[in-house]
Amino acid sequence: MKRTIPLIITFIIGIIVLSSEFIPHKPFSSVNESLENWFLVISGFAILLGQLSLLRVNTFKVTEKAENWQYYLAGLISFAIMLLCGIFWGTQDAAGLLGNGDKIISSLGTKPFEYLFVNVYQHLSATMFALLAFFIASAAYRAFIVRSFESTLLMIAAVVVMLGRTSVGTTMTAWLPQHLKFLHLPNIADFIMNYPNNAAQRAILISAALGIVGSSLRILLGIERSYLGGKD
Amino acid sequence: MSQKKLPKQIDRRYIYLVLLIGVAVPLLVPIGFISEVSGLAQQVYDMVESTPANSVVMISFDYDPSTITELQPMAKALIEHAWKKKHRVIAVALWPQGVQMAELAFADVLKRYPEKVYGIDYVNLGFKSGGMVTIQAMGRNFKEVFPTDSKGTPISQLKMMDSVRNFNQIGYVVSLSAGDPGLKGYIMTAHDMYRVRVSGGCTAISTPGFLPYINDQSQLTGLLGGLKGAAEYESLIDVKGTATSGMDAQSIAHLLIIVFIIMGNLRAQRIRKISKES
Repeated sequence: MKRTIPLIITFIIGIIVLSSEFIPHKPFSSVNESLENWFLVISGFAILLGQLSLLRVNTFKVTEKAENWQYYLAGLISFAIMLLCGIFWGTQDAAGLLGNGDKIISSLGTKPFEYLFVNVYQHLSATMFALLAFFIASAAYRAFIVRSFESTLLMIAAVVVMLGRTSVGTTMTAWLPQHLKFLHLPNIADFIMNYPNNAAQRAILISAALGIVGSSLRILLGIERSYLGGKD
Repeated sequence: MSQKKLPKQIDRRYIYLVLLIGVAVPLLVPIGFISEVSGLAQQVYDMVESTPANSVVMISFDYDPSTITELQPMAKALIEHAWKKKHRVIAVALWPQGVQMAELAFADVLKRYPEKVYGIDYVNLGFKSGGMVTIQAMGRNFKEVFPTDSKGTPISQLKMMDSVRNFNQIGYVVSLSAGDPGLKGYIMTAHDMYRVRVSGGCTAISTPGFLPYINDQSQLTGLLGGLKGAAEYESLIDVKGTATSGMDAQSIAHLLIIVFIIMGNLRAQRIRKISKES
């Protein structure tokens, strides 16, 4: 029973949503509207659930002294600081439990939450993403080795696109006369992106779409049940 | 027979150091490489240009600070271009931190357009979870999805929103997208279902995935891909922003990566030769 009822609900809701795409009239359209609103409400709760899960997992790692538990503790402390700043002094124009914190604003120039967001979180987050460049450079030296015809082709395409996507590529071939414009590195890079790349991307998109149709049908018909959790 | 020594691998710390210097120097001392405008950036520009003055347009901030280097210059350039053309801008966010990204972008452009008034020339409706379903709901009624703006002001008190009910009143939608939810949702919903013109900006790494949507059906009207896309847009609207200055550093970084690839291959070639000889 615990599994049959959710499966029936999934089937009915799925059929209603699917039908409303083909029959955009009442009652399908209005029921679909209500379902969309329910989804928006539930997705709001999902954020809260995510935060609680984050707290639970990190607290567990710290209390169990898991490997690198200090990092989880740092995460928890950061989480608590941002949360408390938001609760006590609010964000943007919204006041918190202790008002807007005018004294703090006069010294920091902004609310504590915004101050931490702009001056700490924003830079740390961008730095984490920027570190990718260093890993890519190191990986390029170690792993991008020509071993076969295919890997040679891949490397040539990668180098051309990399150069064509930068100002260096433009500068390198800027001297070419107008009738040889198709040989400009940015144009060759565009050709690679628009034709071979696009063809492959379309194939991937179509395959993925067919896969989604297949797995959606499996869920609707109750064949795929892993989303219910637990064991079969 | 004496055994030849295999060439050593460069310590990765040296690679990091060279890259750090290669990126830092052009940021401190700009080189001023020229940059050609691609057809994709031109399409975005033409879309904004062809939209009549006083139109209400929408920019969706679907990213967080991790991709600020690539996407924030696009946001500023697009807001500036829209204001130049006297468009009124609605900002929404499908990512929680997109709200702050929008605030920062508006604050920066407002320095050059101090006459623009909140609620009349622009609004920030804030974040709403739900991804594609949220976009679908916006297509029915904005006010249902965003009863208040990001500061809690009822939408009925925002003059600019009086004339907006759904996507039918929106000139174009631009999603600045770092992943899901984002641009793909707008293509599939705002364009495919509600027929509003959709354009976007994304990180360089996700650009190839969006190119199939630039097709005869105009599912996507142009695309700003990565820092280069942002720099191209800045050059189109004649603004020297952070993307333009960052392009020198990115160009040098790409060159260095190519040099590292060549060095790695030379080393591999030498190892193969020594292995054959021995």
